[in-house]
Amino acid sequence: MKKYTMPDIEGKFGVFGGRFVPETLMPALKELETVYENAMNDPDFINEFHDYLRQYVGRETPLFHAGNLTEKIQGANIYLKREDLNHTGAHKINNTLGQALLARRMGKKKIVAETGAGQHGVATATVCALLGLECIVFMGEADIRRQKLNVFRMELLGAEVRSVKNGSGTLKDAVNEALRYWVSSVNDTHYILGSVVGPHPFPKIVRDFQSVIGRETRRQALEQNGTLPDVVVACVGGGSNAMGMFYPFIEDEDVKLFGVEAGGKGTHTEEHANALNGKTGVLHGTMTKLLQDDHGQIQEAFSISAGLDYPGVGPEHSYLHEAKRVTYTAITDEEALEAFQTLSKTEGIIPALESSHAVAFALKQAEKMSPEESIVICLSGRGDKDAEQVKHILEEYEHGNR
Amino acid sequence: MGIDNLNRTFQKKLSNNEKLFVPYIMAGDGGLNILEERIAFLEDSNASAIELGIPFSDPVADGPSIQEAGIRALQEGTTLEKVLSTLKNSIKKRSVPIILMTYINPVLQYGPEKFAADCAASGVDGAIIPDLPLEEEKLISIPFKRHSLGLIRLAARTSSKDRLRKLAAISDGFLYAVSVMGTTGARSMHDKEVKDYLTKLKELSTAPVLAGFGVSNSEQAQQLGSYCDGVIVGSKIVELFHEGKTGEIKKLIAESTKKRNSESVLK
Repeated sequence: MKKYTMPDIEGKFGVFGGRFVPETLMPALKELETVYENAMNDPDFINEFHDYLRQYVGRETPLFHAGNLTEKIQGANIYLKREDLNHTGAHKINNTLGQALLARRMGKKKIVAETGAGQHGVATATVCALLGLECIVFMGEADIRRQKLNVFRMELLGAEVRSVKNGSGTLKDAVNEALRYWVSSVNDTHYILGSVVGPHPFPKIVRDFQSVIGRETRRQALEQNGTLPDVVVACVGGGSNAMGMFYPFIEDEDVKLFGVEAGGKGTHTEEHANALNGKTGVLHGTMTKLLQDDHGQIQEAFSISAGLDYPGVGPEHSYLHEAKRVTYTAITDEEALEAFQTLSKTEGIIPALESSHAVAFALKQAEKMSPEESIVICLSGRGDKDAEQVKHILEEYEHGNR
Repeated sequence: MGIDNLNRTFQKKLSNNEKLFVPYIMAGDGGLNILEERIAFLEDSNASAIELGIPFSDPVADGPSIQEAGIRALQEGTTLEKVLSTLKNSIKKRSVPIILMTYINPVLQYGPEKFAADCAASGVDGAIIPDLPLEEEKLISIPFKRHSLGLIRLAARTSSKDRLRKLAAISDGFLYAVSVMGTTGARSMHDKEVKDYLTKLKELSTAPVLAGFGVSNSEQAQQLGSYCDGVIVGSKIVELFHEGKTGEIKKLIAESTKKRNSESVLK
């Protein structure tokens, strides 16, 4: 793409994006937009953000040449962008830190957030503890059961975790409930949305705070190899790590970008999270590609990885998909599990199940490429949180129950 | 039909010194086969218009009562298509205006043009779309105009005065004054801010102003009605229908709409 300037002033990425929210929230969204634009032009804000990224989050993260994996695959040189090394173990904190600083700038002392598996909830609770903000996290009942440890971590960090019983009790329902809470408390509360979804300006703000991933990668690739990577791969649920990685590369037309959605039990089944193959519609305040039935009712997504288990996708991904700048694909649960083990064994790095989807696709892609070429995988998070779940699944495989 | 019908009906009641009362029901709650009967009951109970909810999987503007009604309706297999065809079949049996309350996504999947045409053909007079603020209205405004359907705008406690003025100027039928910060459902809110807010809206709006969200009894209805032109009651009506307490619905509407000699403001 030549010059990339999305979103437009209405928060649209082509037909996608926008602000489909109750009137009560409109002034807050406009305030957030204004405060954000001011903050981005305020060197003090930028410096403070980057100081925290350096001193607290531990940036920059390495761009690691995965030599063993490269040798094993016998294709392109494989690099890992180590977002798993961030404080709290994933890329999520890049965004929560930025938004918490914005909340403070707006004079809002309370934070509400949604969480699926708990990674965004933990990253939000963490920065709230750091900056002395009150924090309420909505989490689906089913997810609370599956992710007890993350619930405890959030509580330890001083956050209040509220169980959401509506719907399927997962991420989608937690977002609904967080939005409802925000409508009733918008005067003193900021909503830290965890991905590049939701009404404008959230998709833009989250992308911008996450774009530190792509900017570092771009610079590190030039430093290490004197050239940009040929291929960049990231997993896509809502798609914040992917947007943060892709955004600085969008105008580099020679860099191929791949987004990997969760294929669950296969995209031919009904159990997947392949939203980009869905139909355009409106969910959680934005127009985007969605899993929905013919009557416009939103369907449940399915993935082994809770972080990808979302029936929508960020509106900018829908745009980049239709503009054909990014190629989107899907990886099944089984393929992701295999990549989870492969990376652990060959490089001594246990990836999050989310990131394992990107790894699985990248290994297939690297095989088709030449040794002169290079491929970067956004390793968005570490897999400690998934170890127990994977253990159970592998035991079931062993006993032939799957 | 459409905007004209809303205007005519409301003006007639207001000039007769009655307050307006718009009950909300969830289409398909209890099955679509009883929809006609419920509409007739509400019409007979002196409802000024009926706000008919279309169930949606992710109703972010609604509190627990309407969420649950929506789940029940979806379990009954309710779709927008079926609701419109039910309304079309009973078009001659009613005279009370019908306003659909729907989130935007079911309308988008149905197709805005077809939605407007089928609404008009089914005797629907207007719509309330809580997740379609001013900035996004253009998705449906042309088909709505073409079929003379009213788009009822929602005003919020957080809206700036400029925004309220704009909403008041363009709202069709009436202006929906969201009286609380929050979702639909009962709660107390008898504070001075509500009075000031509704009084301000009355000054800005030539269309009637109706207060909604959080109204659950006739005392509240009368009080809020004294600041504006009437109320919309959703969650409470939905609960009473679900519990089979139709007598209480009749009573609630009668007490909320009764003519008053002087403005009797309760505490």
